[in-house]
Amino acid sequence: MKPTLWAGLLGIVVVLFATSLLVGSAALDPATSLRGLVGQGDDAAAITMREIRLPRAILGVLVGASLALSGAALQGFLRNPLAEPGVIGVSSSASLGAVVVFYSGVAGVSVFALPAGALLGALVAVVVLLVIASGNTTTLTLILAGVGLSSLAAAFTALALNLSPNPFASYEIIFWLLGSLKDRSMAHVWVCLPLMAVGTLLILACGSALDALSLGEESAASLGIDVARTRLMLVGGVALCVGAGTSVTGAIGFVGLVVPHLIRPLTDCMPGRLLLPSALGGAALLLAADIVARLPWFGNELNVGVLTALIGAPFFLWLVIRSRREGF
Amino acid sequence: MSIAAIDIHVQLSGRRVLTGASIRVETGTVVGLLGPNGAGKSTLIRALSGHLAATGQVLVNEMPLESLSRARRARLIAYLPQQRVIGWPVKVRDIVDLGRMPWRTWGVGPIENDRVICREAMELMDVVHLADRPANALSGGEQARVLTARAIAQDTPVLLADEPASGLDPAHQIAMMAGFRKIAASGRAVLVSLHDLTLAARWCDRLAILHDGRTVGGGAPAEVMVPEVLGGVFGIAARVETDSCGLIVSPVGLARDAGP
Repeated sequence: MKPTLWAGLLGIVVVLFATSLLVGSAALDPATSLRGLVGQGDDAAAITMREIRLPRAILGVLVGASLALSGAALQGFLRNPLAEPGVIGVSSSASLGAVVVFYSGVAGVSVFALPAGALLGALVAVVVLLVIASGNTTTLTLILAGVGLSSLAAAFTALALNLSPNPFASYEIIFWLLGSLKDRSMAHVWVCLPLMAVGTLLILACGSALDALSLGEESAASLGIDVARTRLMLVGGVALCVGAGTSVTGAIGFVGLVVPHLIRPLTDCMPGRLLLPSALGGAALLLAADIVARLPWFGNELNVGVLTALIGAPFFLWLVIRSRREGF
Repeated sequence: MSIAAIDIHVQLSGRRVLTGASIRVETGTVVGLLGPNGAGKSTLIRALSGHLAATGQVLVNEMPLESLSRARRARLIAYLPQQRVIGWPVKVRDIVDLGRMPWRTWGVGPIENDRVICREAMELMDVVHLADRPANALSGGEQARVLTARAIAQDTPVLLADEPASGLDPAHQIAMMAGFRKIAASGRAVLVSLHDLTLAARWCDRLAILHDGRTVGGGAPAEVMVPEVLGGVFGIAARVETDSCGLIVSPVGLARDAGP
């Protein structure tokens, strides 16, 4: 990868991270913000900076990076520009897990109940996918299994909404499904960081295998790639990354779809060498979207998941139209 | 170095595709694998490359294929599938460079030796002028040459190519076969499946014939290109002549109503 691309992406992430720390509903000037961040100055500034804005910015980086990394890995593995973490059904299953926790009322017991439910949902999806993917099946099977899982999760989520005992609970469920980085704490960061770290390592270890897979599975195998093992590592890595992210922020869609497409033309298009730049790009995109979402547009903060869907869904449709016209 | 398959049987989704196929390719030779559609040519090549569960024995240099590790196989056998897959707008030079993957040390980029080998492979398949073009935007014939260059760049003692010449213009078909002869002469064993009998007769050292899942006969082109085989296996009649450079096989009609 070109050093200029690294430097450029890293620079954008750093600038957006700093901006994310400086923008918010509490009116703090940059100097006060900085003092608050290092634990000096008045208590209010310190609390705002260290307990509200810092975890929010860190989660923006972590979740954005892991979503885009997962998207780049899936697109490379499936040789399909429409692949997205949502495709393998982990996002929706994680959301379902969160909804179940909400619906059952366990959410009140502990702050970790909700993340635990989402993680459990992601895990169930992974196990089902592992069972299907560990057989010698084609990539099409994997996609179809993902579509099936997504639909099932959506159906159960709708059922939960249907049966919801009071309007307030439905409101909370919907709010969760839209995805947001708001009001997260450092505890949330510590919940998802180790899982994402393991998932990221699993995905990055598949880099050269993904390069070889751009020639198809048989050619990759003839180049010494263990395609079955790569499939397992990717499904596991993506599930960990997406499940951990969704467990903390709710479903944030389309980051994993859009970012690899924006970054790919800047690289040599090799799927393996697209992984790290995509992670950086994802961090930048989610930080930027979260900054825009928290500006007082309609008096209310927007949910960042709504914003990414508003950008991502038309992009998805455009990709479909383009691929119909000229093939992938 | 040689590669040999002995009495291979393969069953694919209940259908017996191979029922006793044997073949042997010695170093320094180009062997053409011929047979009608559905005779099992691709299946035999996949069995030889180790990508298929098959009963029978595949020997690489007299060692059983299954005793070799994945990494070792990739340094012994290059395999060019019939289906041409290029996933992304990757440059031709990067596609060809993928052939060097089995020889790479982890984390180390291309060294001078890799560049030389890739360059030679691209020259052999006449794709040097395409080096910086995105490979998935090329024509079918150009893609076939790029992918063949990729397999040649793997620089293995054995090269298995499944219908590499289909879709190529006549000049590039001939150039490709000449290229195979050249790498065979440099000490490799090359197995090529073909449909073009004329091309096979003229450019292969030996021919193997697959008919209904078994290998029937085989040998030098002049021994194979006889009316019994041409009629019995392929169902055609052909004019067979010899000139100073070798055999000329020219199909003239179906076996039943030979001649136009």
